Amino acid sequence: MNVLSDNFAEFREGFLKTVELTAYSGVLALLLGTLIAAFRVSPVPALRAFGTAWVTLLRNTPLVLLFLTVTLGLPALGLKGWDDFWLAVLALGSYTSAFICEAVRSGINTVPVGQAEAARSIGMTFGQTLGQVVLPQAVRTAIPPIGSLMIALAKNTAIASGFNVGELASVQKGLNSDQGYNIYVIFLWIALCYLIITFAISGLFRLLESRLAVVR
Amino acid sequence: MSASVLYDAPGPKARTRNRIYGALSVLGILGLLAFIIHRLDETGQFQSGLWTAYEYTDTQHRILDGLLTTLKTFAIAGALSLAMGALLAAGRLSEHRAVRWTATVVVEFFRAMPLLIMIFLLSAAVFTTEPMWALVFGLVLYNGSVQAEIFRSGINAVPRGQSEAAYALGLRKTQVMSGILVPQAVRSMLPSIISQLVVTLKDTSLGFIILYEELLFVGKAFAQQLTPVNGVYAFIPMVIVFGSIYILLCLALSGLATWVERRTQRSRKGAPPPLAATGAAVMADPGHSAPGTGPGGSGADPS
Repeated sequence: MNVLSDNFAEFREGFLKTVELTAYSGVLALLLGTLIAAFRVSPVPALRAFGTAWVTLLRNTPLVLLFLTVTLGLPALGLKGWDDFWLAVLALGSYTSAFICEAVRSGINTVPVGQAEAARSIGMTFGQTLGQVVLPQAVRTAIPPIGSLMIALAKNTAIASGFNVGELASVQKGLNSDQGYNIYVIFLWIALCYLIITFAISGLFRLLESRLAVVR
Repeated sequence: MSASVLYDAPGPKARTRNRIYGALSVLGILGLLAFIIHRLDETGQFQSGLWTAYEYTDTQHRILDGLLTTLKTFAIAGALSLAMGALLAAGRLSEHRAVRWTATVVVEFFRAMPLLIMIFLLSAAVFTTEPMWALVFGLVLYNGSVQAEIFRSGINAVPRGQSEAAYALGLRKTQVMSGILVPQAVRSMLPSIISQLVVTLKDTSLGFIILYEELLFVGKAFAQQLTPVNGVYAFIPMVIVFGSIYILLCLALSGLATWVERRTQRSRKGAPPPLAATGAAVMADPGHSAPGTGPGGSGADPS
């Protein structure tokens, strides 16, 4: 039981690193995913094709491969000097962005066409239609899937431990090879840390959902 | 692509504008690709010395071995996770509270755990010398739990009347399950099951982190062994070659899922999928055809 108290500093460091990694790559994924979703529903064929290619490619790439591509590829492109942490954020963010894009897009697609037609027929501009009619409805359907994507992202951050980022999984790996501690106890503590993070995310999204819910 | 939720059918002005945006974005995308290729070329990733190794049969055999290892792991993990999913789903649908609760706890726990954490635990505590089984059992525990949820929701999605009618005919619980519910549920679940198998295939690459000789690990070991040409290591060619293999494998399996989805939906409803990828286009249709959708469109609208 004293694994935690003996190595509390390490645990805290790993926990905070995992939270940071989740937060930064979550923000990146949301921004990038929304942008790509905008590409995929835009009237410009070239942008649509780019969006489709992005989503298809990233959804069928193992995250480890993406990590390898980013960590080996960026230096080869001449973009050296990136911290391992930011490389991990980049990999996790772009991987999750493909899924976010699909969630946002299907949110937009569930808004009935009649809504936008009605908005246009009473003379609303494109911006008004988008901002006051389509998006408020789309966001409500997109929030629950985005929440589960964020939880998946938090779990995926464990992979960064294979690429020199010291977060929870690497704490576990380090303590496992330390000997002397019960491996199952280490696992339970690490598992608890992840549970805290995932529960926090799902609570946050449930709150968001109930805030946005419309009483009919 | 005429009308969608977001914009009206473009008039002459908008069409010109769209064409300009189109041209600009084509330029932008081509520019990005050109930049990447140019930089890769400039840093010497395309010099022939780095690529000749892939022409040797010896190398090709090693790639094939890695591929076979990945596929073997995937086959075992996929089959076992389906079995475990069926078992857990049966547990969650059980009428005995103890069984149901145990299954629920197991499913929820393993779904909430990062897969890699499980694999680290298994490889450190149980399979210290066999990374393959650590990987396989990690995959089975996680994907089995996810598959269990897919099975359960599939079976719950079968209309209640079906099982009520079966019970009314005097069938027993097992008969209702195996003769009535499962055959109908499998049709609707199959695309999700295959998508989850794609996830399983993707996750076999986690073996890379616990130093199991699957495809990616073989690739990295191989690239490290090659002597650098003009100071450039053979990592980028490796990523390109091995990455393409992985992506093609996953694409093939996802393609299968999409194909099955289209097929089952067509055979059941006699109409194209209502809310699939082409949702916008399909939903745009009724608005254009006629003000009253009429009797013909009775099944078209997904409520």
